[in-house]
Amino acid sequence: MSRNPKKVLILGSGGLRIGQAGEFDYSGSQAIKALKEEGIFTVLINPNIATVQTDADMADRVYFQPLNITTVTKIIEREKPDGILLSFGGQTALNLGLELNKIGIFKKFGVRVLGTPVETIKITEDRDLFKKALTKINILSPKSFAVYTVEEALRAASAIGYPVMMRAGYSLGGLGSGKIENKKQLKEKVHEAFQAVSQILIEEYLGGWKEIEYEVVRDKDNNTITVCNMENMDPMGIHTGESIVVAPSQTLTNEEYHSLRAVSIKIIQHLGVIGECNVQFALNSVTGEYRVIEVNARLSRSSALASKVTGYPLAFIATKLALGYKLHELKNSVTGTTSAFFEPALDYLAVKIPRWDLTKFKSSEHTIGSEMKSVGEVMALGRSFPEALQKAVRMLNVGCHGLTHHPFIFNNPLVEIGRATDRRLFAIYEVFRRGGTVEKVHKLSKIDPWFLWHIKHIQEFETRLRKTTLVKEQMLEAKKFGFSDKTIGHLKNLSENVVRRRRIALGVVPIVKQIDTLAGEFDAETNYLYTTYHGVKHDVEPLVKTPVIILGSGPYCIGSSVEFDWCAVNTTKTLRQCGKQMIMINSNPETVSTDFDCSDRLYFEELTLERIRDIADFEALNDGIMVSVGGQIANNMALPLAKAGYRLLGTSADAIDRAENRQKFSSMLHTLGVDQPEWEKVTNLAGAKRFAQKVGYPVLIRPSYILSGGAMNVVTNERDLQRYLGEAARLSPDHPVVISRFIMNAKELEIDGVADRGNIVIYAISEHIENAGVHSGDATIVLPPQRLYLETIRRAKNIARQIASALAITGSFNIQFIAKDNEIKVIECNLRASRSFPFVSKVTNHNFIEIATQAVLGIHQPVRYNTIDLDHVGVKSPQFSYNRLKGADSVAGVEMASTGEVACLGDNLLEAFYLSWLATEQSVKGKRLFLSIADDHKHKFIDEVRALHDRGWRIYTTKGTYAYFNEQGILLKRLHCIDNLKDLTVENMIKAGKIDLVVNIPSPHNNNDDARKIRRLAIDHHIPLVTNAETGTLLLRCLAEIDIKGFQPKSLQDFIQRAMLS
Amino acid sequence: MLSSGYLILSDGSVFSGQVPYQQNNLLKGEVVFNTGMTGYVESLTDPSYAGQILVFTYPLIGNYGVLSEQTWESDKIHVAGVVMSELCQSWSHPKSIKSLADWLAEQNIPFMTGVDTRALTKHLRVQGTMRGMITQQRELRVDLAQSKKILGASFIPKVLIQKPLIYNKQYEKSIILVDCGLKLSILRSLMKLPYRIKRVPHDYNYSKEPYDGVVISNGPGDPMDYKATIRVLRVALRKNKPIFGICLGSQIMALAAGAQTYKLLFGHRGHNQPCKLEISNPKSRVSDKCFITSQNHGYAINEATLPKDWRVTFRNLNDNSIEGIEHKTKPFFSVQFHPEACPGPTDTIWLFKKFHKLL
Repeated sequence: MSRNPKKVLILGSGGLRIGQAGEFDYSGSQAIKALKEEGIFTVLINPNIATVQTDADMADRVYFQPLNITTVTKIIEREKPDGILLSFGGQTALNLGLELNKIGIFKKFGVRVLGTPVETIKITEDRDLFKKALTKINILSPKSFAVYTVEEALRAASAIGYPVMMRAGYSLGGLGSGKIENKKQLKEKVHEAFQAVSQILIEEYLGGWKEIEYEVVRDKDNNTITVCNMENMDPMGIHTGESIVVAPSQTLTNEEYHSLRAVSIKIIQHLGVIGECNVQFALNSVTGEYRVIEVNARLSRSSALASKVTGYPLAFIATKLALGYKLHELKNSVTGTTSAFFEPALDYLAVKIPRWDLTKFKSSEHTIGSEMKSVGEVMALGRSFPEALQKAVRMLNVGCHGLTHHPFIFNNPLVEIGRATDRRLFAIYEVFRRGGTVEKVHKLSKIDPWFLWHIKHIQEFETRLRKTTLVKEQMLEAKKFGFSDKTIGHLKNLSENVVRRRRIALGVVPIVKQIDTLAGEFDAETNYLYTTYHGVKHDVEPLVKTPVIILGSGPYCIGSSVEFDWCAVNTTKTLRQCGKQMIMINSNPETVSTDFDCSDRLYFEELTLERIRDIADFEALNDGIMVSVGGQIANNMALPLAKAGYRLLGTSADAIDRAENRQKFSSMLHTLGVDQPEWEKVTNLAGAKRFAQKVGYPVLIRPSYILSGGAMNVVTNERDLQRYLGEAARLSPDHPVVISRFIMNAKELEIDGVADRGNIVIYAISEHIENAGVHSGDATIVLPPQRLYLETIRRAKNIARQIASALAITGSFNIQFIAKDNEIKVIECNLRASRSFPFVSKVTNHNFIEIATQAVLGIHQPVRYNTIDLDHVGVKSPQFSYNRLKGADSVAGVEMASTGEVACLGDNLLEAFYLSWLATEQSVKGKRLFLSIADDHKHKFIDEVRALHDRGWRIYTTKGTYAYFNEQGILLKRLHCIDNLKDLTVENMIKAGKIDLVVNIPSPHNNNDDARKIRRLAIDHHIPLVTNAETGTLLLRCLAEIDIKGFQPKSLQDFIQRAMLS
Repeated sequence: MLSSGYLILSDGSVFSGQVPYQQNNLLKGEVVFNTGMTGYVESLTDPSYAGQILVFTYPLIGNYGVLSEQTWESDKIHVAGVVMSELCQSWSHPKSIKSLADWLAEQNIPFMTGVDTRALTKHLRVQGTMRGMITQQRELRVDLAQSKKILGASFIPKVLIQKPLIYNKQYEKSIILVDCGLKLSILRSLMKLPYRIKRVPHDYNYSKEPYDGVVISNGPGDPMDYKATIRVLRVALRKNKPIFGICLGSQIMALAAGAQTYKLLFGHRGHNQPCKLEISNPKSRVSDKCFITSQNHGYAINEATLPKDWRVTFRNLNDNSIEGIEHKTKPFFSVQFHPEACPGPTDTIWLFKKFHKLL
């Protein structure tokens, strides 16, 4: 054992965004656990406040601070760690680490990089170095040439042989990349691309090759294992994060499997990785050729998946190896007795399907390809491919009850197979249903026939099932094929419940199996479970100590993210403290709650009524089901579970329904005398028009039982009303559409709280910086409120009290209000933990989930909590992923579009806001601002623009804004519009990198194309962009007033300590 | 067409599944499980499985069909029967020639699908490998314990060559390859080395012939049944020519050296067996080396009985059992695992180089 460091700094990954999501909460949390076990003092920097890793009981010191050079350097200077971990915070941490190393910070402060050496990371991150390193040991990577002229491109292409892949720079979001079939096409495309970039890559075209990954682990003594391999169902050409993935590989022969395994090991040993690493291959099964596509010398999305697939805790082991342990010195955490130096043998398979939310991004394309667009994923375990695949389809929570029972409408499904979209899987099924052949689909998609045949068998079985009677044999076969009771009922014209009853009467119930890493070879007391119909004997007996069943969050999507995992994990922590046992059900591999040591029992399973009932029936002596901590998926289970006779913990299902059902909620508010915006439930367009005319435009349209405002929209005129109504109605056919008056220029605030049998025990009031109209998930939120009248606060509190009492709330709740002209109206109420629970818990230093869980268990002791009079301010900012989504418009609206959030604490609003804004990976590099503001908002900016102007900022603007500020006596620099051919256009300035910040505030009524283009340009050129008047003015104030150089970062513990002393 | 089938074990327990309708022969054998996730073609043709009913713990078998004979470990399927959760009907691989179902039918190998192989594996793990039979009659009672001993030498004639074969004739130096039920990958690995190979039957007496080295192969059953092989090897151990034992060959080496072997409760069969290289030279500063190995054996060497001039070279990290031995002074060494892989990981292929160096 080499000398252990005394204090280790871990860099987190920041706000969740496309390509970098909750998996890094899992990896960072495991790293902290592994370090603490060694008695090492841990310091974590991560502004993602909704994570488990940033909890006070995790790292010894947590900094909610931006992950940038300046801040991290200051923290290193202050904390003086002697070791640092770079591979647990995704690409963000890795890049930051490389940069810090480059400028000599580690050397200066004596910080040792633990695990994989920086030199190795550099090689894996640099295309050229990487290729050279591989060539040295005779490992093949794709042939590739960087070219600068058309002639060079042609030469390169003929050297490689057509078709070739052309890549035209990365900064333009993959614009101009694609497959080139011949010389003529290449000439055209290259010519076009050189208009925008100077360098083009001409590469070997590997489209259609199989895409295979290996997760490799190596210790400092060169002992190396591959923990798992995975096969992408979607072959090369579709990003692995966008692909359906199976583990282990299904179509590889022993020779293929082990030769790629041997290559992975050779690479990792040559590069000298210490810890965990992911190797991606392209494999041509016809010729047997392979190419190494990429090596990620860090924990990744794939490694998180591999951990959950196998039960092998990759991040935990990687941390131990970084400290100098050798693999064989560590134990297999699942068996507890066997060695960590082994390769898991699976006796099941896992299917991962990405979760997209493309409808949430206005004007974003639905095709998928080489760039990642998905926002989450699900993993299903089963003992046959159809079983696991259909489970995964249901886990997605996109309205599918199985592969054959989906809500999508296809005119021509073949189109979406050749040119893949986010619903290609369903298009394949549709083609088969309409008589298409495996050959045809294979030809278009290059998906291995093995997968396609299975999908076809599912389709054929569906046809058979339609015709046969439901005897035991048929029922069992249907279940082995992964059909849900609901789908069977759909095919047989029976209700789900009738099918369930008949199934159980026939003795067809799922069998509970363990994930034990060794295929049953050794005895393992593992609590990691799944269910299957391919079995006859349960691996475990039901728990007898009346456990609580907790429903987890399901896949991350817009509106339901890592915060609900935090809630679920904190619920388990509290239950454990209270001496209770708990069972976790979740389907999301990017979570901490699915670490098997988090709960007494983990069912990696569907969050469907059927499966929750199966589990609750098996674990018959349970103490009840907790539906309030997993977000909306879990919450939606309340009523059906209660109707089926299951006990819920906390607020009653009836009360939940009274809050979720707008009609019932509204009449309750009416009885309580609580104000609400006028609304009406409409079932047809005429009714909607009548209502809009009555209250006046704009109006807000939404279906009930919403999640992140699915299909919500504000419409300003009748034509839009007509268009959007179709959209909203399709999304939720079971529930009518609700239309309400939209109040302009109102403030929005919310209360997060916990009640105990109708009495509020704790609450926190937060204020939105943006005016109403921005979805609460996209809003910048301040706690404690800084600009609200005491009167407003008092009224909000009283309303909350009335509602809590009327609904007899026990547990968490969240109420949203709008306030204008001394009036306060309730706009929404959720009787569950909300998105902001981790934020309010950490800012106030009172764990709302802990309190809620105590309330639910009936053991909460009344205490007075201070949540208003704080010595610091917390600001939570949305993290957007627009730069990942070609063509998406970036103006926040009533539909949520942010993929994550960050939050920072500060001594005052400006400081906390500015830090929080910086923490969303933005920074203003110079003093050049471009300003274009719609007329309604111009007046709000006068003071700020003047202040910046006085401080020497170069402020560029367009015609209208220029004239306005000129009138105010502020002379700005005028630029031409975007399509103007003169030199000084906004477009040219942005492209030339002569702008450091773009403030573009559109009008709610008129969103013109130029403005949209400017916003897109800013995003594509990585220039910070602000589109909201309230955050815009606040940011400009920060830029004018805050001296970021002199700023000293404080840790969470600093703030807590100060609060306790005062 | 499938109909109900049963696997009845000698302890009376019954596992149900499906068997081909026409498969009405009664099949008996020792029931063993393998935890590998690929390589069913290699396993089925591995002569070491002769007389055994092989249970695959991985639920999907036959996914990539059956590859051509170059990947086989012998010229036919040696397992007595196959038990699976699912036999893949829609196999897919450009290099494959037929489906696993067709291959099994062709070679008249009984099989059973739809079995809860995990429950079966756990049963065998606890109770130990035992005899069993695949049948269509659930109520059938045959005294399995009374059946003829199926292990070891009784199977040797079925898996063996009858007379010596020569390979790599162009080379001068020669190796004797003792075939106790040889996996062809061992031969393929040796053929890459510059030696003439004389592959001989297990009871062949090579002690009077000139040779430069000996390799004792893997094979089925109880090593103690290979009396002739042990006898001849004892003579060879008196000389100084390098000897390399693999799997059963390792057990035979130990027996010839004077040690004893014992039957493991359920054996090691899989591709993920972790082995640690014991530091052979106390002076060397070589740090700990571990390897993932491919294994298929039901017997092991009893460490307490190992003579003083021998030592342990490899140890299983899971159960600490002996995975390799060597003579302290002479060039004799053997390993319990399969350095030739096929199926399984290729981490220890270097052992052939080591043998080459000794020659």
